Amino acid sequence: MLTGIAFYLLAAVAVVGGLMVVTAKNPVHSVLWLILTFFSSAGLFVLLGAEFLAMLLVVVYVGAVAVLFLFVVMMLDVDFVRLREGYARYLPLAAIVAGILLAEMIMISLVVVQGGAAANAVTPAVATTDMTNVEAIGRVLYTDYVYIFQAAGIVLLIAMIGAIVLTLRHKPNVKRQKAHDQVNRDRKTAVEVKGATTGAGVSAEDLI
Amino acid sequence: MPDLISALQLSASEATLAVGGLVLLMLGAFAGEKSARFVSVLSILLLLAATALAVTGPLGQAFNGAYVADPLAVYGKALIFLSSAVAIVLGDGWMKRTRIARFEFPVLIVLASAGMGMMASSGDLISLYVGIELHSLALYVLAAFHRDDLKASEAGLKYFVLGALSSGLLLYGASLIYGFTGSMRFDEIAAYAATNASPGLIFGLVFLICGLAFKVSAAPFHMWTPDVYEGAPTPVVALFATAPKVAAMVLIARTLEGAFAGSHDQWAQVLILISLISFAVGAFGGLVQKDLQRLLAYSSIANIGYALLGIAVGTTLGVQAMLLFMTLYVIDQFGFFALILSLSRNGRPIRRIEDFAGLRKDRPVMALVLTVLSLSVLGMPPLAGFWGKWAVFGAAAEAGYWMVGAAGLVASVVAGFYYLRIIKLMWFDPAPEGVEAIDRSPIEAKTIAIAAALFSFPLVMVALTWLEPLTRAAAVGYGAG
Repeated sequence: MLTGIAFYLLAAVAVVGGLMVVTAKNPVHSVLWLILTFFSSAGLFVLLGAEFLAMLLVVVYVGAVAVLFLFVVMMLDVDFVRLREGYARYLPLAAIVAGILLAEMIMISLVVVQGGAAANAVTPAVATTDMTNVEAIGRVLYTDYVYIFQAAGIVLLIAMIGAIVLTLRHKPNVKRQKAHDQVNRDRKTAVEVKGATTGAGVSAEDLI
Repeated sequence: MPDLISALQLSASEATLAVGGLVLLMLGAFAGEKSARFVSVLSILLLLAATALAVTGPLGQAFNGAYVADPLAVYGKALIFLSSAVAIVLGDGWMKRTRIARFEFPVLIVLASAGMGMMASSGDLISLYVGIELHSLALYVLAAFHRDDLKASEAGLKYFVLGALSSGLLLYGASLIYGFTGSMRFDEIAAYAATNASPGLIFGLVFLICGLAFKVSAAPFHMWTPDVYEGAPTPVVALFATAPKVAAMVLIARTLEGAFAGSHDQWAQVLILISLISFAVGAFGGLVQKDLQRLLAYSSIANIGYALLGIAVGTTLGVQAMLLFMTLYVIDQFGFFALILSLSRNGRPIRRIEDFAGLRKDRPVMALVLTVLSLSVLGMPPLAGFWGKWAVFGAAAEAGYWMVGAAGLVASVVAGFYYLRIIKLMWFDPAPEGVEAIDRSPIEAKTIAIAAALFSFPLVMVALTWLEPLTRAAAVGYGAG
């Protein structure tokens, strides 16, 4: 009963949130709606018993991807009013595409319900109740899939090298932090006492 | 624990490259930009060591079937790692001349080679995907490596966006295959698909082929090729044209003939269609090109059609022909790109085709090299390219696909027009006005170009006597037949 209520609530919020993502006038609002959608989907995962995926969705998508979107939307100087000009014109086409997608998804779901996609194939490992998701994934991640796991780590490393190669520039007139020099400054080298006549005041040029 | 040790012994070449790449990265980061030459030399040694490890290492499966070391993988890896090493040699000189020497260049190539090695010996869908991502991510960065060059940046961005699209297609196909068979491993997929090739499975397979065809730039998934070939730095293009293509072709052979041997009829149709379109696009698209690197892009599309035809045949002979074809093709391509790197007039590289006019006067040796290489890629007997095409045509004819092979020959005749045009310009037309200085060729590029031309003829005759048994061992050892 409670699960049912939770499911319909979360599902409804996810669908409405998804709708608002595409219809919201302000792109920043779109991103905020997207975060709401992610949260409700995470709730749905918890209901399915996949709490690790739920955490992943919150940490990765809400924590990193959505915030990145927010930054990009706020920092890029895009004229969103002009971007939305064709909205009404493209709406019928978009509706047709969305309708086809929905029909396909329903068809696939029906087929899966009837026969099961991999009905005769190797049965996937059944989740046992005495082990949490995280534990189950942890057990295979560093044993059965250590090869893939390490390779995926190198993929991320390459992305990092790439970002540095393509964006890092050593410009001559950029002031950089030099911790050693900064810490080793003492009063003698950093401050100079200049005499000033009483009542005459000082101008900035005199001090340099 | 002994399981892990034997697995590491099997995958020693990739492990060496990955760990060595990290060490070189640290070395470069601490030693600064001046270490580019030193890191390049060490990278080449690392690649040679990885080749030796791959060739001498044990054969078998590791990591629950995710990694397969068999003669096909070993042959592919030797070719891939050696090609990467040659690309580093070309790239090192180029970086020095353009004054953008950075130690990340060889490191990225080493890490990309580790990914290509993974591709060549992938035994399940996850290692297939991770291997592809590992090598392509590094290649996207390399394409845009000359970041102040507008065209290089454009090439990098285009390659990245279209590569991401193809990865999406590939993943969609892989997820469908997993959904319908319940397994990631090629041998288990094969066992399931042999009895029960449902339409859903074939659907996923077609998507997988589309994703892989992107990576080898076969038409109609070739859109990125001309722009990337034109924009990216020449040594990087030399790498693109060789090692990743070999890795992807080995991967296609392994996936289709390993996991889907039972549904050969279905995927052979798709591959033959792709070959035919590639022949047409490569031959006719090349006719209107003005830039030599763009022309080579179209030439590569047509040639990949041949290699795919070898796989489509579906016999051991076909795989052997594909391997032989790719080996000879790789050597020709290195010759071409080394030649482009070694030619410049007035301090500018010669890239436009009409600039080749009168090359006979400036550089008779280079003109001869370009002539030999052009005729070889064209498939003129008895040059290297001919033997590759001969092998593929033989395999196709034996399996009853001689019509497709004949279409490839027609494409070669059409492509002959643009190669003969370059040859005519070089030998019979006067040099363009205003040539003040003929720049000296960089020694490494010149050496590689001449060596590739010498290989095309006459060394290929000697090489064939040992390439033929090697490729046969690779194709048979895989058990494709």
